[in-house]
Amino acid sequence: MSEQAPLITMQLMGKNYRVPAGLTLMAAIEYAGYKLVRGAGCRGGFCGSCPTLYRREGNHRIFTALACQTLVEDGMCLVQMPFVPLITRPYDLYTITPQANTLLQHFPEIAGCVACNTCTRSCPQGLPVMDYIQASLRGDIERAALLSFDCISCGICSSRCPADIKHYAVGLLARRLYGKYITPNAPDLAERVAAIETGDVTAELDTLMALSATELRSRYEQRTFEVVAEQEDPYSATRSYNSAMDPVDYQDELEVSG
Amino acid sequence: MEISDGYPAAMRQSIARVEATRSARLGRTFPAMSLDERKALLLSHHPDYKAGAKRPLLFGSGQGMALNHELADLFEARPLVRASLDLSKIDHDVDLLVIGGGGAGTVAAIWAVKAGLDPRKILVTTKLRHGDSNSTMAQGGIQAADRPEDSPAQHFLDVMGGGHFTNQPELVRALVQDAPLIIQWHEHLGMMYDKDASGHFIEHPGGGTSRNRMHSARDYTGLEMMRVLRDEARNLGIPVIEFSPVIELLCDDEGRVSGAVLINLETRHYHIVRAKATIITTGGLGRLHMQQYPTTNHYGATADGLVLAYRVGARLIDLDAVQYHPTGAAFPAQMAGLLITEKVRGLGAQPLNCDGEQFVFPLEPRDVEASAFIRECAERGKGIKTPQDMCGVWLDAPMVDLIHGPGTIREALPAMFRMYARFGIDMTRDPILVFPTLHYQNGGIATDEHGATSVPGLYAAGEVMGGVHGKNRLMGNSLLDFNVFGRRAGMAAATYAREHPAGKLSLAHVAAYEAMLHDAGIKTTRTAPRILPDYRGKEALDRYLDIPL
Repeated sequence: MSEQAPLITMQLMGKNYRVPAGLTLMAAIEYAGYKLVRGAGCRGGFCGSCPTLYRREGNHRIFTALACQTLVEDGMCLVQMPFVPLITRPYDLYTITPQANTLLQHFPEIAGCVACNTCTRSCPQGLPVMDYIQASLRGDIERAALLSFDCISCGICSSRCPADIKHYAVGLLARRLYGKYITPNAPDLAERVAAIETGDVTAELDTLMALSATELRSRYEQRTFEVVAEQEDPYSATRSYNSAMDPVDYQDELEVSG
Repeated sequence: MEISDGYPAAMRQSIARVEATRSARLGRTFPAMSLDERKALLLSHHPDYKAGAKRPLLFGSGQGMALNHELADLFEARPLVRASLDLSKIDHDVDLLVIGGGGAGTVAAIWAVKAGLDPRKILVTTKLRHGDSNSTMAQGGIQAADRPEDSPAQHFLDVMGGGHFTNQPELVRALVQDAPLIIQWHEHLGMMYDKDASGHFIEHPGGGTSRNRMHSARDYTGLEMMRVLRDEARNLGIPVIEFSPVIELLCDDEGRVSGAVLINLETRHYHIVRAKATIITTGGLGRLHMQQYPTTNHYGATADGLVLAYRVGARLIDLDAVQYHPTGAAFPAQMAGLLITEKVRGLGAQPLNCDGEQFVFPLEPRDVEASAFIRECAERGKGIKTPQDMCGVWLDAPMVDLIHGPGTIREALPAMFRMYARFGIDMTRDPILVFPTLHYQNGGIATDEHGATSVPGLYAAGEVMGGVHGKNRLMGNSLLDFNVFGRRAGMAAATYAREHPAGKLSLAHVAAYEAMLHDAGIKTTRTAPRILPDYRGKEALDRYLDIPL
């Protein structure tokens, strides 16, 4: 028998509603009778379309969250944010040369960062947003790319920034520069693409296409499976690209926990 | 109810049994099934074979095709506009209309520009925001045979077998042959795939694959892809209209598709688009909640494109097969149905029953794996009950760090780790509870290998298109599919647009559809497309008054 959740009170756009405890903010808004058109997207924490501002009872601060990933609390007072307008100058990634001042040239407003850390405090993904803006300012594209990787472009940081920085756009350019110019291209891939372009894989596919249903099944059943090779420390933050860990912090953490 | 570290006491007892068997299970994997065993399990436990869940379509190009009632309801529904709608004022006169701003639509628009169309003569229209799509939510990865140990032919075999040999071979051929080209294009666009120090991709296995060919970007693969593609489309100056879904296609007097009617979701006024070529990239149908399953899909996944295409007579394929992803979250309730990426199993986590025992090979094709989970819970009674009366099986997440070293989960699965942490569960220490969730539309609009449908002027790509995956898609082939066929459809539609001037707009097909409904004896007030699901609370709706304001 499932338990009946107790009702709590939340204030949505200035009106009180009684909703069951344990709902996400998005589910609570819908429970209250709203049919969402804006303010809902993937409903799973990936698309960034449900940024929400709220206050808690007995607390002077403004809090920010994704409505689909946050539980409703008694006495909460919330409003869904419209998107943050974004206008950026177009660029052609193919013609940019990544240099120490590339990010600053494209986004001069990052020089106005006052290091207040509001962006970091407001990030629903828990990213060190100010650190990647500071890295961008220093011209450290790699660090900006790695620290911003988990960004879902919800724009909450930009809505709270006193320097009007478009953090998520800065991170995006940093990552594309890093992926295109700083990470080495995959050697095997270029070889395989060349083979496809010269038609070297055609014959083998032609053969499979010509097989009877029975022959194809038998080829399928006879497949050999690749053995997963024991890789030496495959996720080393200091040895692989696109590591989620800040190499410095990660080493500290391992030493403490080890 | 007593909760400790996210789980109630009853679930904790089962977790203790999981922990007790963990060390003995390391390096020992439950054997994989033969083709015959797979078939028997699907017939007995897959939701597609459940008695009474489907009915045959009564009219149109798909007459006789057995569909889930929720989908059949959409075809047996009245259009939202009448054939008499005023079409005299054309709001957008373009070369190419792309319906849907997810992965497939964005790729198609970019490649139409590369094929020579003026970006200002392209229009992308989308129901929510540009990029709000299932593409963004894809976590695990994208397949491409690019290592010396692998080959497009090996990929071909895996895809065909995974689809139980029901796939259209020429589409599969296009998929596997273009795959490395797509990855290289992404590399040039600056996508951050996981790579080792010398630039080699870090590639994992997936369900039903015989080689490690899953390329990923942590567990935000789709997000990374979508935001890069969207950025590229913006930099090319391709216009996008958001919050404006298409509610009907337009034809010319020869029956060729020639544009569409859009509706602005906020002002509710309609726009007429005349286009020389049209591509449908509206994605899937998870939000129809087939057989009341929860879904991994985004808010707008309501099968609109299928309805639009059917009204102009396009052929459909394999829509009887719906994919239930084996690992949807079953606990906590707030996460119910959300996707737990297959990469968790690809990294070594085993599915377990309430006694901490393995009962299935962890990487069977998705339909087989999902059926095994359902059997374990229903027939064998070995599932784990949640306080909300849901049932699930364990996925032993902590094994990932044991196999690959501490920190792996947080590095390779940050989205999963973050989501569970938000709801009080630490997946590096505790297993997570999963149950199948509605995930993917295997079939869709039938096309050739260039995305052309059976109706002139109409193309389709991405999840809305069918045939390439047959009755069951493998992990990592949907991100691939929307890139391969988005690109092909974009280029083919660009060529078509150059060769075919737009004709006189007509909604005659809407009148014809109404007549078919009538002749089939269907009397209904239902309308389609559905546009958005309705999750408003019952208490609120009970007192809802539809008054003019």
